[in-house]
Amino acid sequence: MLSIRNYVRPQTIEEAYEYAKKPLSVVLGGMLWLKMQNRNVNFAIDLSDLHLDQIEEIDDEIHIGAMVTLRELETNEQLNYFTQGAIKESVRHIVGVQFRNLATMGGSIYGRFGFSDVLTLFMALDCEVELYPTGRVSIKEFANMKFTKDILTKVIIKKVPTNVVYLSQRNISTDFPVLTCAVSNINQHYTCIIGARPLHAVAINGDSYFETGITEKNIQNFTKCVLSELKLGSNSRASKEYRQKIAKVLIKRAFLQLKEDVYGN
Amino acid sequence: MAYKHIEKPVMKKDAMNLLLGKPVYVDDITSQDCLVVKVLRSPHAHALIEEIDVSKAQKIPGIEAVYTYKDVPQKRFTMAGQTSPEPSPYDRLILDQRVRFVGDAVAIVAGINEKVVDRALKIIKVKYQVLTPVLDFTKAKDNNILVHPEENWKALCPVGADNHRNLVATDSSSQGDLEKVFASCDQVIERTYHTRANQQAMMETFRTYCEIDPYGRLHVISSTQIVFHCRRILANALDIPQSKIRVEKPRIGGGFGAKQTVVAEVYPAFVTWMTKKPSKMIYSRKESQIASTPRHEMQVTVKLGAMNDGTIRAMDVYTLSNSGAFGEHGPTTVGLSGHKSIPLYTNNLEAFKFSYDVVYTNCQAAGAYRGYGATQGLFAVESIVSEMAGILGIDPVVIREKNMVRQGQTMGAYYNEVAKACALDKCMDHAKKLFDWENKSKVRVLENGKIRSSGVAMAMQGSGISGVDVGSATLKLEDDGYYTLHIGAADMGTGCDTILAQMAAECLDCDVDQIVVFGADTDISPYDSGSYASSTTYVTGKAVEQACEKLKNNLCDLALQTFHCEKEDVEFTSQGVKNLKTNELLTLKELALKAMCGNNIETQVTVTHSSPFSPPPYMVGMVEIELDKETGQVDILDYVAVVDCGTVINTNLARVQTEGGLVQGIGMALYEDVQYTKRGAIPENSFMQYKIPTRLDMGKIRVEFESSYEPTGPFGAKSIGEIVINTPSPAIANAIYRATGKYLKDLPMTPEKILMAIDE
Amino acid sequence: MEIKLTLNGERIVQDIEPDLLLIDFVRKNGCYSVKRGCDTSNCGLCTVLLNDKPVLSCSVLAMRANGAKVVTLEGMQEEAKPLATFIASQGAEQCGFCNPGFMMNTLALLKENPHPSDDEIKEFLAGNLCRCSGYEGQLRGIKNYLNYLEEKGNE
Repeated sequence: MLSIRNYVRPQTIEEAYEYAKKPLSVVLGGMLWLKMQNRNVNFAIDLSDLHLDQIEEIDDEIHIGAMVTLRELETNEQLNYFTQGAIKESVRHIVGVQFRNLATMGGSIYGRFGFSDVLTLFMALDCEVELYPTGRVSIKEFANMKFTKDILTKVIIKKVPTNVVYLSQRNISTDFPVLTCAVSNINQHYTCIIGARPLHAVAINGDSYFETGITEKNIQNFTKCVLSELKLGSNSRASKEYRQKIAKVLIKRAFLQLKEDVYGN
Repeated sequence: MAYKHIEKPVMKKDAMNLLLGKPVYVDDITSQDCLVVKVLRSPHAHALIEEIDVSKAQKIPGIEAVYTYKDVPQKRFTMAGQTSPEPSPYDRLILDQRVRFVGDAVAIVAGINEKVVDRALKIIKVKYQVLTPVLDFTKAKDNNILVHPEENWKALCPVGADNHRNLVATDSSSQGDLEKVFASCDQVIERTYHTRANQQAMMETFRTYCEIDPYGRLHVISSTQIVFHCRRILANALDIPQSKIRVEKPRIGGGFGAKQTVVAEVYPAFVTWMTKKPSKMIYSRKESQIASTPRHEMQVTVKLGAMNDGTIRAMDVYTLSNSGAFGEHGPTTVGLSGHKSIPLYTNNLEAFKFSYDVVYTNCQAAGAYRGYGATQGLFAVESIVSEMAGILGIDPVVIREKNMVRQGQTMGAYYNEVAKACALDKCMDHAKKLFDWENKSKVRVLENGKIRSSGVAMAMQGSGISGVDVGSATLKLEDDGYYTLHIGAADMGTGCDTILAQMAAECLDCDVDQIVVFGADTDISPYDSGSYASSTTYVTGKAVEQACEKLKNNLCDLALQTFHCEKEDVEFTSQGVKNLKTNELLTLKELALKAMCGNNIETQVTVTHSSPFSPPPYMVGMVEIELDKETGQVDILDYVAVVDCGTVINTNLARVQTEGGLVQGIGMALYEDVQYTKRGAIPENSFMQYKIPTRLDMGKIRVEFESSYEPTGPFGAKSIGEIVINTPSPAIANAIYRATGKYLKDLPMTPEKILMAIDE
Repeated sequence: MEIKLTLNGERIVQDIEPDLLLIDFVRKNGCYSVKRGCDTSNCGLCTVLLNDKPVLSCSVLAMRANGAKVVTLEGMQEEAKPLATFIASQGAEQCGFCNPGFMMNTLALLKENPHPSDDEIKEFLAGNLCRCSGYEGQLRGIKNYLNYLEEKGNE
């Protein structure tokens, strides 16, 4: 059972960080994961008053605040235009609308959950996360960082020519994924992200395989490389062997779809 | 014959109040200010409690009581809600020194709120002597490790139980010279199937409130299908007279058989009886998943003998059933795996054998779940028949048409009961047309590589337990000229309150609104075995019909006192009793008032009914799937079901029962998994891990009816509650086979299992 | 700590524990329509509107609703009745335990999208589990209700 002694709503990020540094403190995201934990919390820090619930275009970047909900990501026209609907595809399977109205951008990324659809997609978008006080960090670096007291405030996407495709395999519609796969072409740089391995998502650079463009042969060679490098495991949802088969299928399908897409931005 | 209220889509009496969220369930209508009861659960699948120290827990302010195995009565009982003497063994104590599965009760804690109770649970110190568990049910029989070695274990009925062999039940029955018939068959195949311990997963978890009534008795308000059995079970558990207990059920948030077993009741009952303070236990979803009463996991081996033309001549079914740590419903569920599957093929069957073993293991105890063993048996029998059709190159529909049971036939494997009302052949005809079997049964490969294919299965069930189930109805003419109908059956959302009122309204020729229904309360309601075994419409319904006749007769007698004429000169009508000679009318209101003044004739009658038969409903299910050969994923596109439940009493409710049952069946077929870790824990312990179908997972469902007329049922009705869960697993397995050439024999048929089978 | 919010149109000021969940807060305030069906945010039974958006009240700290507007089915009785009649006409309420969450989310859907397709209905309500009805009757009820609204609008 989650037990909370103090609930605080800081008015500045500095104040929030002061609380975050205290022992047994936790920053609240959508609370969906936190709520299930058997945990004693001294300070539960709610960022609701920090105006982090905005999706803004600033210069050549899109800034997504940590308190933006997954439902807002799903229904945001600009983001879905930019990603050819991949953002919607990455969150629409997550439980239900009421759940996605609570789950936040920050919570989904910060937790670096193995099952995360959101982390998989945003890694493919090659974005940055803004941490307080550390500053901006690339999301791929963040995925492997140790947990610190930093507060994640924003996710920042660069507005550069981007093609991205998101696919997942699930045993049943609104379940956790058995495997997630996002592939992107950003300024002719190819990246493939595989998540729910069941460990958290990893990125594989595909540039050297797709110099001659996306062909069946290049996909095959790339897939071979991915499968040899990628660590896949078993859990109650699927075995390692099944994940290997699925990885192959999703990578192929994602790249074939990527080939058909045109830049949406 | 055209009815006024039967075969009509009458709205459920409680529908609007349920939809508008009125407080009607246990936790809504009982005190929020009572002791909170929780149970400390064993982390081990098999262990003995060597020491248990509750002293610190007891000292927490707000903790009222902490109980261990040392504090409870030492007489064993069963929690299965069955007619006494129960076939299920007496193998339980409220708390035992031996814990037998991960989640078994170790201690009971009662306190003023959830927080203090949770704190207390954390600081109870238990020293376990951890024992090796029996987790593999195929190795449980005659294993050296005994789940119930205790001396005071007992079986009340001769079901072949033997606790020194881990046996809950064993039996064998047969007809004809099986080996000889097999020897003369063109094709004989044998296959083994495996089904899981699926959870009923009703939305309202188990919950019970208890208080002491003004007479010092234990008043139990519980979400239960079986108020009378519950009273007896609690009396056994607490070792107090039944007269000291009253059990009442409010609205129930779903049951599906789960609430045919006493699950949560014993704990708050014990707390309140000891402390004399009100208390409540609300099972968490996790508890409902790991410490309740799911379907029996079964391994069913079928041997089938047929001729090249598809004539099915011999069948041998052996079922191994996993009862888990306790024997609830173990000896009875298993019977249906053969007795409700083999008789489907009565037409040409010359010989059959059905045998079974039911074993104890250190898994979660099983219980009653819609279908009750028939579901498991039908998955096996229907699968092997389809596979035989494939081997013989015969359409799976054709092989069924050739062999299915017909009206008038004696079903040897169903206790020699005669199929007095059977429209199974019409169901198949109807389904074929509705589904367009001729075209959809062809396997089609789409442009994207996905495959469309179809499958078929049949099913039967019973209507009540023949010669056992008892239904009663008390019907009363009230002051204002309306009626009250008291029943002991439990409406768990199925709508039996409304269905029984429809029957009464039809008999009494009045509006359904004129019948007020009340059920169920052991102090008030007439005796009813309870709502299970698909019994309420068929058994209690007949009691209602008879009660109406009796009351009408009494009202005529009452009228004679005013009319001063012969009995044959009066007639009961919708308005009241009429003197046919004079056309005088005594209205219902006048009769009711007359009954309350200087009257010796009862205007309240109770009729009890039991049937020597359990007429089976029949059905056909057809499914179209789309299968992704690269991922193994199966999407349900279309499911057609045609059901023969006799006369359909309420067309809406029968349809929704069918749709609901089909979706549960689809869940069982494709998604709902129950696994055990090496330590004996179940990972599928929440709705996050145990995935029941959402509305995105069931495709399009179409349900229609082919009625027969059951002469022993009310208005010709049979049952519908359970049969509807039986066809999805075998029909989907059949469709997968037709798409891939592989038969999946282990449920659920996950994408992984399908892909691995394809790539084999 | 002190919480101030509007529950079904009524201003409430109360002293609550910081870890009280919104579901327990509204039930304590008499809104028994709000049900708990799971421990893992999966069932949708506890759906309430928080500042007009459907959320799972089992997963929100009551304090997070400080200053907000919370609506449960108790506060939408009149609005819910016509829809309820159409669901009841199918017999799709069944045991009723999932009904309040289903009703709340359906009303939220129709506010957001007054003319949803079958697929949009299914997607929006995917987080509302029902074990009794098999969902078809609920869908029929919603569609009949939409037809009724349309016909009423055309009159």
